Amino acid sequence: MRALAAAILLAFAGAAFGQASEVARPDAQTESRLKALAEELRCLVCQNQTIADSDAPLAVDLRNQIRGQIGEGRSDDQIRGYMVERYGDFVLYKPPFHAGTALLWIGPFALLAIGAGVFLLLIRRQRNAPSAPASTPNAQLAALLEEESPSPPSKTRSRKHGRSES
Amino acid sequence: MRALKFLVPLALFLGLAAFFAVGLTRDPRVVPSPFIDKPAPAFSLEQLHQPKMAFTPEEMKGKVWMLNVWASWCASCRVEHPLLVDMSRNKVLPIVGLNYKDKREDAVAWLQRFGDPYQLSAWDIDGRVGIDYGVYGAPETFLIDKQGVIRHKQIGPITPEALEKVILPLIRKLNA
Repeated sequence: MRALAAAILLAFAGAAFGQASEVARPDAQTESRLKALAEELRCLVCQNQTIADSDAPLAVDLRNQIRGQIGEGRSDDQIRGYMVERYGDFVLYKPPFHAGTALLWIGPFALLAIGAGVFLLLIRRQRNAPSAPASTPNAQLAALLEEESPSPPSKTRSRKHGRSES
Repeated sequence: MRALKFLVPLALFLGLAAFFAVGLTRDPRVVPSPFIDKPAPAFSLEQLHQPKMAFTPEEMKGKVWMLNVWASWCASCRVEHPLLVDMSRNKVLPIVGLNYKDKREDAVAWLQRFGDPYQLSAWDIDGRVGIDYGVYGAPETFLIDKQGVIRHKQIGPITPEALEKVILPLIRKLNA
């Protein structure tokens, strides 16, 4: 049991080791720009967190990197470009539109359009042929009724007739 | 017409199933590297064992070589390490280490303990070169061709399977 706990601790130690220090810049403008940028960048180590949220050493490094670049007077787009160059579009929570991401962007709308198309088609079909489906049950009913009352056996009829007449 | 009523949903279902089947086989941790078929970013770093000497990737021009990102604190680096030692013993290709965010004495001790497969290791104390190479978790390995272009990136430890099926054939091809 103890060995297991030690092994688990050891496994986490690896992740905790590459610690990095982070010093926030005193000016609020840099920090707010950093926050806005870091919130739209994915942390590669813990993929469901942004660089702003993550405490992973890499996220700390990248935040420091962004601070440095803001200090050098680079624009937000340049900084985003720097990240994409290294980690690909995957690093952006809002990926740009191009051939590789077209399905991602258009897909939902295409599905909606297909759904709407099918819906309209069904409605129109129903409206265009209102009598045909409506008549079918009636016709069937009529046919059934006709079957039910074919000229009944003559005996019955005569009997009936006889009875009614008598 | 009646057949269509069954075929359309069936086709939709099979299409979705195919999408999901492909999706399930993919590892979301493996991020497609934007570096494949791009020149390896230039850098100049101190060497791990000889602080006074620098290493730049430029020196490796004309050789097919491997840049392996490692650290003494990285548990999974130990997993792939014997494979690297084997490759170096068999002189498969020159391997350069990128010692990533590590203390120098820890790194040197680690190599003494587990063997040193590297022609040399460059010492990336603050991880800047790592960032330039899009490293997000050691170990990572780049296979670089004679022109200095990155041809393959292995994320995570090199497995015997990846070595046999992807890396060795690619090395042969690049050396041909």
